[in-house]
Amino acid sequence: MSVGPYRLPTGGAIDRAQALSFRFDGTSLTGFAGDTLASALLANGHRVVGRSFKYHRPRGVLTAGPEEPNALVELRSGARREPNTKATTAELFDGLEAASQNRWPSLRFDIGAAARLAGSAASAGFYYKTFMWPAAFWEKVYEPAIRRAAGLGRASGVEDPDTYEKAFAFCDVLVIGGGPAGLIAALTAGRSGARVILCDEDFVLGGRLNAERTEIDGQPAAIWAAAIATELEALPNVRVMRRTAVVGVYDGGTYAALERVADHLLEPPFGQPRQRFWRIVAKTAVLATGAVERPIVFGGNDKPGVMMAGAVRTYLNRFSVAPGRRVAFFANNDDAWTTAADLRAAGVDLVAVIDSRAEVADHIRAKAGNARVELSAAVADAKGGYGLTSLQIATPKGRIALDADALAVSGGWNPQLGLATHLGGKPQWSERHAAFLLPADLPAGLTVAGAANGMMTTAEALADGAAKGATAADAAGFTAAPAPLPRASDESFAVAPLWQVAASRTKAFVDFQNDVTASDLALSVREGFTSVEHLKRYTTLGMATDQGRTSNVNGLAMLAALTGRGIAETGATRARPPERPVAFGALAGLHRGKHLKPTRLTPSHRWAASEGAVFIEAGPWLRAQWYPRPGEKTWLDSVSREAAAVRSAVGICDVSTLGKIALFGRDVGAFLDRVYCNTFSTLPVGKLRYGLMLREDGFVMDDGTTARLSENEWVMSTTTANAAKVMHHLELARQVLWPQLDVRLASVTEQWAQFAIAGPNARALLERLLGDVSDEVVPYLAARIFDLGGIPARLFRVSFSGERAYEIAVPAQYGDALAHELMWAGEGLGVTPYGTEALGVLRIEKGHVAGNELNGQTTARDLGLGKMMSAKKDYIGRVMAARPALIDPDRPMLAGFRAVDPTKRPRAGAHFLKIGAPETPENDEGYLTSVAFSPALNRWIGLGFIKRGPERVGERIRAYDRMQGGDLELEICAPVFVDPEGTRVHG
Amino acid sequence: MRIPCPFCGPRDLSEFAYLGDAAPVRPAETSDATAVFDYVYLRANPAGPHRERWYHASGCRLWLTVTRDTRTHEVLFAEEAAP
Repeated sequence: MSVGPYRLPTGGAIDRAQALSFRFDGTSLTGFAGDTLASALLANGHRVVGRSFKYHRPRGVLTAGPEEPNALVELRSGARREPNTKATTAELFDGLEAASQNRWPSLRFDIGAAARLAGSAASAGFYYKTFMWPAAFWEKVYEPAIRRAAGLGRASGVEDPDTYEKAFAFCDVLVIGGGPAGLIAALTAGRSGARVILCDEDFVLGGRLNAERTEIDGQPAAIWAAAIATELEALPNVRVMRRTAVVGVYDGGTYAALERVADHLLEPPFGQPRQRFWRIVAKTAVLATGAVERPIVFGGNDKPGVMMAGAVRTYLNRFSVAPGRRVAFFANNDDAWTTAADLRAAGVDLVAVIDSRAEVADHIRAKAGNARVELSAAVADAKGGYGLTSLQIATPKGRIALDADALAVSGGWNPQLGLATHLGGKPQWSERHAAFLLPADLPAGLTVAGAANGMMTTAEALADGAAKGATAADAAGFTAAPAPLPRASDESFAVAPLWQVAASRTKAFVDFQNDVTASDLALSVREGFTSVEHLKRYTTLGMATDQGRTSNVNGLAMLAALTGRGIAETGATRARPPERPVAFGALAGLHRGKHLKPTRLTPSHRWAASEGAVFIEAGPWLRAQWYPRPGEKTWLDSVSREAAAVRSAVGICDVSTLGKIALFGRDVGAFLDRVYCNTFSTLPVGKLRYGLMLREDGFVMDDGTTARLSENEWVMSTTTANAAKVMHHLELARQVLWPQLDVRLASVTEQWAQFAIAGPNARALLERLLGDVSDEVVPYLAARIFDLGGIPARLFRVSFSGERAYEIAVPAQYGDALAHELMWAGEGLGVTPYGTEALGVLRIEKGHVAGNELNGQTTARDLGLGKMMSAKKDYIGRVMAARPALIDPDRPMLAGFRAVDPTKRPRAGAHFLKIGAPETPENDEGYLTSVAFSPALNRWIGLGFIKRGPERVGERIRAYDRMQGGDLELEICAPVFVDPEGTRVHG
Repeated sequence: MRIPCPFCGPRDLSEFAYLGDAAPVRPAETSDATAVFDYVYLRANPAGPHRERWYHASGCRLWLTVTRDTRTHEVLFAEEAAP
């Protein structure tokens, strides 16, 4: 087993006793516990890990953290394959499979790299300029071609086998980031007794302390961090959340965080989610997210082997990996020299330190030892075909060449403040730091500590973290004692800005992930896109999955130079949540597929299933659509048989899904008068009435019946779809509009099972169960309570089919039993279960409106129910329903339609045209809403709305349906097709 | 966003349904179409504190008047909507 050619013999926070085997592009490799995929690849000498997005240039690992723009890989395989994972944050595990992206056929030989030769074809504004015309070309030609050439990885294409969760947490103090400032802030707040949550996205607490050789309190910084972590975990009021990134800040002290529960395992343990999305509510918060190092823009700065100096330090000290054999440094600040010293201490060959500054203090310069030092110099161009081999250095003496296989770059550090600006604060430019510092208007309750607050040295960060931890605990109502500060060093971080090397001759990248170059920025400015937000969108700078962590500040500093403005004046683009890419799966949590809205079953669902029902989704419910019988070839056979059985014998239909609202109180009648357009206060006990409910704008909202069971107890039915909406509406009317009325409401939809019993034999069937239900006892529109074997059964004499019909309701737990009882009682009477389709056929034959007609755009008058609108009282929608446009005689009104050729089937949704009129919107006369095959008439019929419909009975019109290719002649008729005299309901 | 329900205490946004501006008052028993038109359609859209109707649908079913800063979503106050 090889430990990898670049693995150093000793040191690091890896467990050399625990070797892990993994595969990259099919090759078996070995790493250690404690590695990331990036550190393990580097240890094994894999410098090229992917191809770039636009130019397909070979790219290597640039950073050691979540800011990584280059090292994006596909992780795992099959259904768990996950594109665009940052190798720098992917924790290594045994059996991990990873593959490089954006290359075909292989990483080494990539056809798409030829795109480099046609460089200008992908410059700034490329999408806007090239693909403007013709529009049809976009879908057919451009997009597929671009997708083949570019794109970032492949989705698995199959369902994710893992689960995700959403969770809530509450605390007094939330600490974001577990580096030096975060650790001591959490400890200070934790010791005060405050409930503390510490979130850190790494799998080891300590942040940059794990990458340092400095000491705290006389011990290695990483050991100090581990001791603090142990103390924190021992405190019962502190919760430490590793592998958890805070990704958003919201009002009211709410923070979003993504916990990667099982990303570091081959598969999630049984019962565990892959990731958990947290909403953390905190009284106060300390933002200690540290700083991210920025590159310098010079030619070939994307060559594999060019790496951030801080990342080199991390790979050396934490992962014990050398970045190369011959390492050079290019910096504009003192901090990078510390890394040079670390490199020498690790025994790696330091070939040169190139600093753009003219002067460097002697004690800093001493860190380079005997290595070559070039001041007032810059790397102009990095060379190498498939990785860095040499450097061209611009010095005051001229251009010199230097062999190196790795270059550590540092352009200074940017405090990570994205979270602090999510609620709108604008970061402020600091000349001293050559970086943006925290905004003046921070989110309420949030303070910023450590490097994120511009406290760049370990000692400063610790002091600031302790102070902010105490402040946060105090503000949350605790008393924090100032903790004794540990001894730590104050390393120099002096920096002189250098954004771009003017002497560069080759392509110099600003945004690595989106392949945005220095010349793209110049082009954008030449073309007038000079505001930061325009520049961002025109060049796509900072719009990739790394959200410009390494590119934004360089880009806008260069923009400032190009436009002759200061950086402060140029400003920064706005940071928005999420701070890290978050998978949709994590946002959805368990609300996936059918769990988004759990399916609801009626109490007699099992009975319907035993009768062979075919079910259909109706809102959240499953309802029986029809009940196929042996020998029936199509759904239409079953539906027609069921509808005919209702007209000739008796059918039963489960109507439990209708909304049911119980109303109690002395003023229910008066209340109903105001929410229905017709009158209810006159309804006697034991009767029910059909009611039409309008919205305040005059359109129909819902319909249904309401029965008066006793003096002060009423029960309303609503349509299945609008049950919740009507409940909200009635509560608003009761609580806000008319609080003086004595009315109480309760939704009882799920408390009652209800069946329609319809047909000439309905009475005979019910009499076997209930005794006398003759017209004397249960007249039309009566509501009576019967005793059914000790159970209270409500019987309503209503008909939706036009036949003699009843609805019977029993407490839900008896619903299934009642269905069986009804079938038993119907033996010999031709009893037939019928579903929603037959229900629809029967109501269309009778011209009764339903959901298709109550579509939110129709008035009572449109529905032919204008006479229901009472003129004697006020009600919701009364005034607006009288608006001229709503009483225009030319409005489409309800009518019946039948196909002139009775075998032809019209389709709902077809629009009406006068015969011979061109198919233009101006000629539109209305539309068809409901269609059914009527067994009673043996032909297709429909309901719809057409201009002046009732006046045009007998006229032929054209039903034109461009969507479904329908074009039929129909005859307008009265909407009641069966029994227009209405005698059968009493039959 | 969290809303301090006067019955249930501070609760997450997901438990509430939003209606809109709480200012319009339903004109009583009028046939003045202009007054009703204003009530139905005219809404203030301020940048700043705004009184609006929220329904604690997955809670106590109380309609609330919530004062919210539309610029920051900060909830300043919540009370029963009943006048």
